[in-house]
Amino acid sequence: MIPSAPSSTREKIVSVQRLKFTYEGGVEAIRDVNLDIGYGEYIAIVGGNGSGKTTLAKNLNGLLRPTSGSVVVGGKPTSEQNVAALARIVGYAFQNPDYQLFCSSVEDEIRFGPTNLGYPDDVVHNNVEKAIEAMNLEHVRKLPPLSLRLGERRRVSIASVIAMDPQVLVLDEPTTGLDAEESSELMQRLKRLNDEGKTIILITHDMKLVAEHAKRVVVMAQGRILLDSDPRGAFSDHEILRQSNLEPPAVTQLAHRLAAYDIPRDIISPEELVFHLMKAIGGT
Amino acid sequence: MQALHLRDARFRYKGSTGWAIDGVSLDVEKGEFVTILGPNGSGKSTICMMSNGLVPHALPGDLEGTAEVFGLDVRDHPVAELATKVGIVFQEPESQLFCMSVEEEVAFGPENLAVPRDEIGERVEWALELVGMKGYNDRSPFSLSGGQKQRVAIAAALSMRPEMLVLDEPAYALDPIGRIELYSVLKDLKEKHGMTVLLAERDGEEAAAFSDRLVLMKGGRIIKSGPPRLMLRDPEDLRSIGVTPPQVADVAHLLNARLMRSKFSFLNVDEAEKAIVGEIMAHKAGGGK
Repeated sequence: MIPSAPSSTREKIVSVQRLKFTYEGGVEAIRDVNLDIGYGEYIAIVGGNGSGKTTLAKNLNGLLRPTSGSVVVGGKPTSEQNVAALARIVGYAFQNPDYQLFCSSVEDEIRFGPTNLGYPDDVVHNNVEKAIEAMNLEHVRKLPPLSLRLGERRRVSIASVIAMDPQVLVLDEPTTGLDAEESSELMQRLKRLNDEGKTIILITHDMKLVAEHAKRVVVMAQGRILLDSDPRGAFSDHEILRQSNLEPPAVTQLAHRLAAYDIPRDIISPEELVFHLMKAIGGT
Repeated sequence: MQALHLRDARFRYKGSTGWAIDGVSLDVEKGEFVTILGPNGSGKSTICMMSNGLVPHALPGDLEGTAEVFGLDVRDHPVAELATKVGIVFQEPESQLFCMSVEEEVAFGPENLAVPRDEIGERVEWALELVGMKGYNDRSPFSLSGGQKQRVAIAAALSMRPEMLVLDEPAYALDPIGRIELYSVLKDLKEKHGMTVLLAERDGEEAAAFSDRLVLMKGGRIIKSGPPRLMLRDPEDLRSIGVTPPQVADVAHLLNARLMRSKFSFLNVDEAEKAIVGEIMAHKAGGGK
């Protein structure tokens, strides 16, 4: 039995019912998934390579359509909406930004999506400026995207999705290849978008990232959801994480080993662990 | 003679204005396991590619200073020659695997060196065993998990019987379980086989624990270098160059700060557990509540 999501009372923006997805050639990537996501949530979908998390994400914006079951986005099944309509609701940023980038300047790249969706000029202009600001790209706006560093290229690919002003942003392994600084800048900017009301869906296997940022964690393995809870709940169930080829952060592992000494199992940061350790060793 | 010997080495890629490495002096001794930690653009990949001559032969540019691999100046010796001494493994296993079976993949290097057939067979078995992939000979590399693919890539490098193994962010594309598999192979190579290893990483979490030496790089320069315990004493040293320190190093540092003395130093979860349990027991024995 999967525990119910913490925010299931919110109005739904995404509702996945009994989803199955089989690739041509017979690989069953999604076996049976039920998932509701509310407006403004910050949710991480985690799992090892081959768990089905990317396939699920691609089903959310119509890049893939269900083999059976349904994906309802913004009140309508994806099977009844075209890609352009879906792109206004759910934006998808690929793991490899270079799959998305092809224009000769950053601002052209970002302008392409909203222009293509037929938004009026003033809306396009507005969205582009907002996206450039949101992803901190002012200083490179005239440069060709492929001349930029990976961290910047990733932000360009996300900005080009944001410019279509979707309610939901799906980010597939957005920090792969980024170093600590680039990664932290990107995550801060995503948090701001979430604070402004965007729904963020993070696809990742980086558990430290999840511990720091997500408010809800969906753990996947072999095309199924094994757990749907807050990060603390997800990290305290090591058995489920192992089944999905994941590993809790080192501090959480350490907390588990020290459980016999009154250290809570659901620790997700060094600061918290040290707070409890000080009590256990009689410090203050 | 060192495995790698760089003195005031500078390299600028053709067409680029800045120096990718800018005055680097670094020695890797035989049998040493050295990990370079640095953010993107710090120059660590350039050093990796210099170690088998890809820089400057395949990727040309201006090379200044001393750059020697087992006493050979990399400028004067082609990749084919240096490759017999240095095996290299890159970020993405897919970009390195191309054969129909794991065995062909691992045999490819020594076959090209015209190694006798019997010996090739021995080398393949030896290399596959070393990376924990024994019995996978007939499998297609493309049917393997990410961690398995990367271990096959390592086996393919090892079958050349290199004197040094160089790995540039080998865990880049792996999920957590793939990472665990990979680092346990690297740990074995060091502890059981005394292999000379140069590893480049962007994140300090795993490799820091079992390296002989950590080299912190930023902007093409070495900022600091020394044994892991010393380099991780203040995790801010890593953070300041844009590298995430191991969480256990943060725990030790925070505990020391609260206790106002340098009592703890952890390189891995096992060490931390042992030391903390010891401390808790001592506290209880001393009548603490």
